[in-house]
Amino acid sequence: MKLTKTLLAGTALAMTAGVASAQDMANDMTIVSWGGAYQSSQLKAYVEPYLEMHPEVSVTWDESSNEAVAKLRAMNEAGNITWDLVDVVAADAIRLCDEGLAMEYDPDELLAEGDDGTSASDDFGDLIVSDCYIPQIVYSTTFGYRTDMVPEGVDAPSNICDVFDLEKYPGKRALEKRPINNMEWALLCDGVAKDEVYDVLATPEGQEQALAKLDTIKDDVIWWSAGADTPQLLADGEVFMGSTYNGRLYSVIEEQDQPVGMMWDAQVYDLDGWIIPEGLDEAHLARVKDFIMFATDTQRLADQAKYISYGPARASSAPLVPEEMKQHMPTDPANAENTFLYNYEFWADYRDDIDAKFQSWLAQ
Amino acid sequence: MSDTTQTGPIDMGNSAANDTAEKKGPMLAADGTPLKRSLNRALRRQKLRALALIAPLLIFVLLTFIAPIADMLFRSVENDIVSNTLPTTTEALEGWDHTTGEPPSEAVFEDFYFDLFLASEAKEHTKLGTRLNYEKTGVSSMFRSTGRGLDDIGDDYLDALEETDERWGDGDFWYALMSGTGTSAPEVVEARRKALARMSGDSLSGDVGFAPSNSIATLLPTTVRAYSDFAVYTALVDGDVVAEEDPWESVYVGLISDLEEANVDGYTGPEADALKAAKAALPGIEQVSLKSFFQSEDKDWVDPSVWATIQTYSPKYTSGYFLNAIDMQLTPDGIEMRPENQQIYIMLFKRTLFMSMMIMGSCILLGYPVAWLLANLPSKSANLLMILVLLPFWTSLLVRTSAWKVMLQQQGVINDVLVWLGLVSDGDRLVMINNQFGTIVAMTHILLPFMILPLYSVMQTIPPTYLRAAKSLGATNWTAFWRVYFPQSVPGIGAGSILVFILSIGYYITPEIVGGTTGTFISNRIAYHISSSLNWGLGAALGAILLACVLILYWAYDRIVGIDNVKLG
Repeated sequence: MKLTKTLLAGTALAMTAGVASAQDMANDMTIVSWGGAYQSSQLKAYVEPYLEMHPEVSVTWDESSNEAVAKLRAMNEAGNITWDLVDVVAADAIRLCDEGLAMEYDPDELLAEGDDGTSASDDFGDLIVSDCYIPQIVYSTTFGYRTDMVPEGVDAPSNICDVFDLEKYPGKRALEKRPINNMEWALLCDGVAKDEVYDVLATPEGQEQALAKLDTIKDDVIWWSAGADTPQLLADGEVFMGSTYNGRLYSVIEEQDQPVGMMWDAQVYDLDGWIIPEGLDEAHLARVKDFIMFATDTQRLADQAKYISYGPARASSAPLVPEEMKQHMPTDPANAENTFLYNYEFWADYRDDIDAKFQSWLAQ
Repeated sequence: MSDTTQTGPIDMGNSAANDTAEKKGPMLAADGTPLKRSLNRALRRQKLRALALIAPLLIFVLLTFIAPIADMLFRSVENDIVSNTLPTTTEALEGWDHTTGEPPSEAVFEDFYFDLFLASEAKEHTKLGTRLNYEKTGVSSMFRSTGRGLDDIGDDYLDALEETDERWGDGDFWYALMSGTGTSAPEVVEARRKALARMSGDSLSGDVGFAPSNSIATLLPTTVRAYSDFAVYTALVDGDVVAEEDPWESVYVGLISDLEEANVDGYTGPEADALKAAKAALPGIEQVSLKSFFQSEDKDWVDPSVWATIQTYSPKYTSGYFLNAIDMQLTPDGIEMRPENQQIYIMLFKRTLFMSMMIMGSCILLGYPVAWLLANLPSKSANLLMILVLLPFWTSLLVRTSAWKVMLQQQGVINDVLVWLGLVSDGDRLVMINNQFGTIVAMTHILLPFMILPLYSVMQTIPPTYLRAAKSLGATNWTAFWRVYFPQSVPGIGAGSILVFILSIGYYITPEIVGGTTGTFISNRIAYHISSSLNWGLGAALGAILLACVLILYWAYDRIVGIDNVKLG
């Protein structure tokens, strides 16, 4: 009898609690991410801990980040947004924000303060590149090379211009099938100073110059369009060196034990983070805000770095990154001797123009 | 159906009999109604029943296939975003001549300021920036950055106004001033509501709770317009009460601009004193022309070519996307070819057609003997062979494509075997992938079943006795095949060719993976514009051209081969 009463009371209590939270927060959340190792790092670092704290919540994953921009636009036109939180790279976030598809937010209101008490807007600093963007990690596009294919008596490649030096380092290269990054590297190796690259690239002559430089290696390039291509090409020995995201190279080297080395020179930083779709209903928005507050705090972002070699976007998370992962981080001082900062504004403007020229050049 | 086809000839044949019947009055059915009518009714009922039976499928196809395609294709000419976002600017621009080399007048900049202010509140200005950036590089960031700075000029004016009267920043003060007394002019608010509704695409119904008086609307037209924008947005989008909210910065800009001209001395409405005080203080307020304001936000705003682009793309419909899709462009000076280093689409169309033909041809060459074997082997071995044909058909497309990668790449199976056999040296391994060859090989393999199956089903119906008869009459093997067997199998080739050709013309996954730079199709660019660059208009135009190509080829095929000669089974 007593037991039943306790049970009943307990159930009633649980029910009222459930009702209370159901009133202000939805209990389901659809998170869009990239799948693979990256998504599992998110799962382990903050989604699973969050679900432990809130057992009533269920999370659905949608691995659509690749075409998130187009899909969100289609959802918006159909008037039916089914996603609650979307993981995208910064350039996509800017476009979603421009299109009015992502919600603008106030960093200091939505995001937790840093461990050391710095406000969120200071802690993330310049990495909040758009009013809609909640950065999580810094990754970089950089080069990996086959250590066993380095010619005898020659040092391993350590300079971005080694990519363009076919005499010293014969063999195929893998480059991404889009102008972004390739044009910058080409100009850097054609004698343009680092801080003038985008000024030069803004002119038609500069674009021609970059394409002319790429022309010197065009016959030896395999163009990739998926991040997994270069690791595969390196593992097969199809290419001598190739560009890709540093986390992919990390797993080729550390997890698959392939004879591949990292070349960090002129690595290009980019960001990955969240956007909240515009037009969520209040209950879902409240849930997403609650989750974001937790998932982007100092400890959680540092936790994510345990599982994947991408640097946390918060300055205050950096000291908490495990020691053995630090050497693989793009932001590690040893790796970041010469870095290149991707200019979002520039590419938002010039993307269509330069892409037309680049594709036309590719097809010739 | 048979009834209708027969009534014709019977009527004709019995016209004499009918004539006599008409003279006697209409022929009657058993129930007394005229036979013709009762027959028609029965026929109509039959037709309706038939229609009702196919209705679910018809509606399904219309809703899920035809309508979305039509909607998507419509985007290739749709261009109302410019005139919806900047309605007054585009109107004002009509009188401007871009060939003078001068930016538009201050009046156009003023219209533009208020259009842009509303658009930036509704977050529509960046969409327009993206749209115009397809035509003119750099416009995207002009709209984005200027949209952020629009408040500054109004804030400065507010500070100056507040020195004359503290209440200039208050919501209820403004509400009283703008509402005025006497007859009201709700049509001003209604016009702004419509403008905002067009811009945002929402219907925006409901009560704004504000209407300016006639006298204030005549006295301060620009201010009233800006305030009406604010009122409509506050009431219908934000759902707030207009009187309780502080007005937008654009309202102060409107007021300063109006006060210059307006004669407020005779005005007696609410807050007339504050208005007069502001007018009196006007000479002391430092005014910025909107042209120089925009110039300070981004120097390109005084570049006439930016305005010429806006002017060129003002109409609701544009041929711009279609011109882009055939390597031309719509410029303020008319239609011209794109610069040589940006031309790509015509080449891709040609390549797509050429490679689809190649793939179709190699499918015929490879598929014909297999289909012949299938049709002529004893059924036990034919069944086994059939499984071999169908197995790849059931395997995932991506798996098959990736398998070809493993086969064809330089460190791949085929090259390894060739090197091992000593046919090629280790240093000169063949390049068989990431080019046209790779695409043709992989796609031929993937589309082969679509050729073999129709061929097989046609060949099965050709009696083997014909061949034997031909041979017994003295034909050689070749003549018997070429003169007797082959003509009968042509319908199968036709069906297979159409299937393979039309499927391959729209393929994009396989070319994307194995095509490198020389083996990609037009569909890869369409996919890029739909999912990456978000230039759906251009994607739609490319798709429409591709669809038209297919239809023309289909029509030509019908004229040459005859669609009746196609057998799918």
